[in-house]
Amino acid sequence: MSWLTKTLTSSIGKKVLMSLTGLFLCTFLLVHLIGNLQLFKPDGGYAFNKYAVFMTTFTPIKVISYANYFLILFHAFWGLYLEYQNRKARPISYAVVRNQSSFSSRNMAILGTILLVYIVVHMGDFWYKFHNEPLPYVQYTENVTTGQVVTKTMDSGYSQEVKMAEMTDAVAGTHSIIVKDLYKEVATAFQNPLLVIFYILGMFAVAYHLYHGFQSSFQTLGWNHPKYTPFVKFIGTWVFAIAIPLGFAAMPIFFFFK
Amino acid sequence: MSEGNMNLTLKVWRQKNKKVNGKLETYQVAGISEDMSFLEMFDVLNERLVSEGTEPIAFDHDCREGICGMCSMYINGQPHGPLQGVTTCQLHMRSFKDGDTIVVEPWRAVAFPVIKDLVVDRSSFDRIIASGGFISVNTGNAQDGNSLPIPKDDADKAFMAAACIGCGACVSACKNASAMLFVSAKVSQLALLPQGQPERQDRAMKMVAQMDAEGFGTCTNTGACAAECPKEISLENIARLNREYLGASLGSTN
Amino acid sequence: MSNKLDAKIPEGPIADKWTKYRSTVPLVNPANKRSLEIIVVGTGLAGASAAATLAEMGYKVKAFCFQDSPRRAHSIAAQGGINAAKNYQNDGDSVYRLFYDTIKGGDYRSREGNVHRLAEVSGSIIDQCVAQGVPFAREYGGLLSNRSFGGTQVQRTFYAAGQTGQQLLLGAYSGLERQVGIGNVTMYTRHEMLDVVTIDGKARGIIAKNLVTGELERHFGHSVLLCTGGYGNVFYLSTNAMGSNVTAAWKAHKKGANFANPCYTQIHPTCIPVSGDHQSKLTLMSESLRNDGRIWVPKKQNDTRLGNDIPEEERDYYLERRYPAFGNLVPRDIASRAAKERCDAGYGVGASKMAVYLDYAYAIERYGKIEANKKNMHNASKEEISEMGKAVVKEKYGNLFDMYKQITGEDPYELPMRIYPAVHYTMGGLWVDYNLMTNVPGLYALGEANFSDHGANRLGASALMQGLADGYFVIPYTIGSYLSSEIRTKAISTDHPAFVEAEKAVQDRISKLLNIKGKQSPESFHKRLGKIMWDKCGMARSEKGLKEAIAEIQALKNEFWSDVRILGDADEFNPELDKAGRVADFIELGELMCVDALNRNESCGGHFREEFQTEEGEALRDDENYMYVAAWEYEGESKWNLNPEPLIYENIKIAQRSYK
Repeated sequence: MSWLTKTLTSSIGKKVLMSLTGLFLCTFLLVHLIGNLQLFKPDGGYAFNKYAVFMTTFTPIKVISYANYFLILFHAFWGLYLEYQNRKARPISYAVVRNQSSFSSRNMAILGTILLVYIVVHMGDFWYKFHNEPLPYVQYTENVTTGQVVTKTMDSGYSQEVKMAEMTDAVAGTHSIIVKDLYKEVATAFQNPLLVIFYILGMFAVAYHLYHGFQSSFQTLGWNHPKYTPFVKFIGTWVFAIAIPLGFAAMPIFFFFK
Repeated sequence: MSEGNMNLTLKVWRQKNKKVNGKLETYQVAGISEDMSFLEMFDVLNERLVSEGTEPIAFDHDCREGICGMCSMYINGQPHGPLQGVTTCQLHMRSFKDGDTIVVEPWRAVAFPVIKDLVVDRSSFDRIIASGGFISVNTGNAQDGNSLPIPKDDADKAFMAAACIGCGACVSACKNASAMLFVSAKVSQLALLPQGQPERQDRAMKMVAQMDAEGFGTCTNTGACAAECPKEISLENIARLNREYLGASLGSTN
Repeated sequence: MSNKLDAKIPEGPIADKWTKYRSTVPLVNPANKRSLEIIVVGTGLAGASAAATLAEMGYKVKAFCFQDSPRRAHSIAAQGGINAAKNYQNDGDSVYRLFYDTIKGGDYRSREGNVHRLAEVSGSIIDQCVAQGVPFAREYGGLLSNRSFGGTQVQRTFYAAGQTGQQLLLGAYSGLERQVGIGNVTMYTRHEMLDVVTIDGKARGIIAKNLVTGELERHFGHSVLLCTGGYGNVFYLSTNAMGSNVTAAWKAHKKGANFANPCYTQIHPTCIPVSGDHQSKLTLMSESLRNDGRIWVPKKQNDTRLGNDIPEEERDYYLERRYPAFGNLVPRDIASRAAKERCDAGYGVGASKMAVYLDYAYAIERYGKIEANKKNMHNASKEEISEMGKAVVKEKYGNLFDMYKQITGEDPYELPMRIYPAVHYTMGGLWVDYNLMTNVPGLYALGEANFSDHGANRLGASALMQGLADGYFVIPYTIGSYLSSEIRTKAISTDHPAFVEAEKAVQDRISKLLNIKGKQSPESFHKRLGKIMWDKCGMARSEKGLKEAIAEIQALKNEFWSDVRILGDADEFNPELDKAGRVADFIELGELMCVDALNRNESCGGHFREEFQTEEGEALRDDENYMYVAAWEYEGESKWNLNPEPLIYENIKIAQRSYK
């Protein structure tokens, strides 16, 4: 065994992989939230749909996306494997347990599994449809001088080869684009109360998972310092366990009541 | 010879030996005084069992003053019972109420097989120490004790880690039966001291390798170990072990 | 007086004996060491350090302990510290002073040669422990810290908070485990030695019982080291661990090893009193508490008021009254006897009336005022002073106060603590010569298991010193003088008739115990033995009492062997059976202790005969007739022959100990 595999398959190494992938996914979540905040813009989805195209066409982002998908799967299955191994370390369980640890720290595997299911549904809802299904197209025409945007839904039969068709009308002083209307897809999907509830529950899972996960990954990397650890815990709690899940949960709620 | 007036229901794990399955048996004990230690309450029960012709309950204990680390009962869902910072032998019956039901189980971990009733085999801890939990200095080689000044802060931190009594409560409390707190305490103690530097990297790698080989689970940072540790060994030690191990793996030439 | 025993003290001036010995003792060459096997029984400070060191030297070592790990040995419970004549504090300490203090503290009943050697190697122990990573207390400059301890006027005690024994043992244990890892030591945990095997008069191995399976095992060794600690548990209640026992030493005794000074028992003055019949053990609180606490009882007999309700003028600070020069800091034996005297006279406190107060109210006030001055608080209220004083006391003694509160349920910051003396250490043990070898060739005794260094009373912080001295620095040299003549002895097969016979004897005894099928538990016999011993061979002994005790113990022995009840089988993990065997040995030892105490018609150190005291109630030695080591040779049931080894003082002037 090379030193690297030996290190990474030791009990600490396995955790380091969880920690590093976890932190990467935390970063992704932050970026994802910032991007998705465009859903709240009252522009008929202009910014959001443009952003969706950018995210799926810009090569560096695409590379990172695929890395991201891989790391999600890796994080999930590696975590489940660890959980399996950890359970083997105690073949007979206690009759009575009075825990001195937090709920989230004890249930990372369950929370993680919920999240995996959530991610599958979520990707099926939006990512898969965006890539593979004939979503309706929308045309945004922006007046270059005034910045006014006119939205026009394309006919149901409309289709185009490229993800985003761009036209500039120098005479009229407009710039228009035609893209798949993911925004509308989102807005429609969140009319379904069941899906809204599912998403909110998913965000609870995110909250609890990250409440432990964020700070835990620092501990695993050996970062525990009387001065800085309180700060890590603060970020883990207020940003990752509260702000981010709240921000995401606000989206289905927003569209449901819109 | 009843000395007190507490009556309790005990549910105690009985297991004849390593090979057979065990189960919880129920016993009533009466006349318990609140000045008794938890183990003395077991003494009373055992005396009665002997007089009734039932085999007494086997449990590990020795110094009965909280330092040898031998006693090891999992009481009502917590290693060493409900009090923080004490071992089973220092737990007294005043921590319980008349009429309580108390469930007593052995430490449970694949690396701590049950020998009998509440007695488990913790030799895995010895093997971990034997793999690297020492400073290789032969008797007679030492230089003068004061030739190596050690900052008081480091000495104190090393001492706090060295206070570990090797009882295994950390393993028993951990949902993963992980021995990281135990291992980290020893690695930390020696990593903090100048005497420990020459073997620092090697030690961390070898001890972790042995810990893994013994079948302990991995650490998921739940913190249950430190919360239940009778000597209140800190989680900072686990972070230090992680650092030491990663530093050693990445930084060493072998 | 016949003198069959040769202590083999080297010739020459006291300061040169050890140096000269080391330079001239025969050596064993490295190749031969590899084929010499040494058995070490017990893994406390003496055993672990000896096993580790001998293995480092190249010998093949087998180590045994009855606990689940060598790290649990009761050395771990020592709190206060370890002495060493380093003179780091520049207060005039020297090897000679440590030597002198130890001889005087032992009430002039120990060997000059051994004690001087102990003092000589004391410094190396500290160096060795530091090198192993023992986290001793340090000053801000990074250097080692010292504190003072009972019976000395210098600061020579090294410590690691209140856990010095633990840290030293873990150091020795780590050295031992290192050798286990390398393969130089084979470690047998949960194994109890049940007999010494002798062939042609030499110790050649042991019979050990695997406590998990009940199997008896034969182990060969070119020599056998017993590092099995003291026998304080003969009193049932003591500060020893529950498992501490005399069995190994007793088996050796019955195989011919002389047992020396068995009656010298140290009763430690500051222990938490017994709270009821259920009590299984006593807990000691470090002697250091007497530095700041004041000990008192009410002036009125049978005073039932609470401590805090008794006004100042009705309190009797009896140690300060009787010993104005040393006050509360008199040596252990004196403090203990004084407490017993007050309680016996009806002045005891607490529900049992068998306790005296150790009061911190003064210390709290005094420290509080000092703090107030430091903080320039000139009009501090009583509450503020008390608050600050408690904080100081907490910092110095917090862990002890917590322990007291945990055990008694009372808050020592608010109420005076109740303390009472308890059996703590046994100065007696197997007789050994300068080489630490018993009179059975090849059989050694180290640490508390031997009798050699503390005379009739041990000074605080000297037990750790002796255990480690024996294991790290004495036995590695002295064993060579024996093993160098054994290099031609090939490993003896354990099928040798001597092994077979010894195993059979052990087996028979186990079967006999199991077949009694009586009514009483081993524990109940142990309790009864303890009561006899404590009442009649405890802090004060008399001819009448000792004679009664001997008769009672003999009766108890008969009752034990006809009515003990042991459940479970021989071939399984059976703590009851193990306990029964140990109790049986304690009963026999108890008788010998009484025999020894009866023989010693004087009072000295930990042995106080009521008939022999000064008018003021102090111990009265008889140097003319009893300045000898009483080594007892086993001659059959209840029969011993006394082999006195005269003590010769060439360097120290004998004097009456006075602490007034």
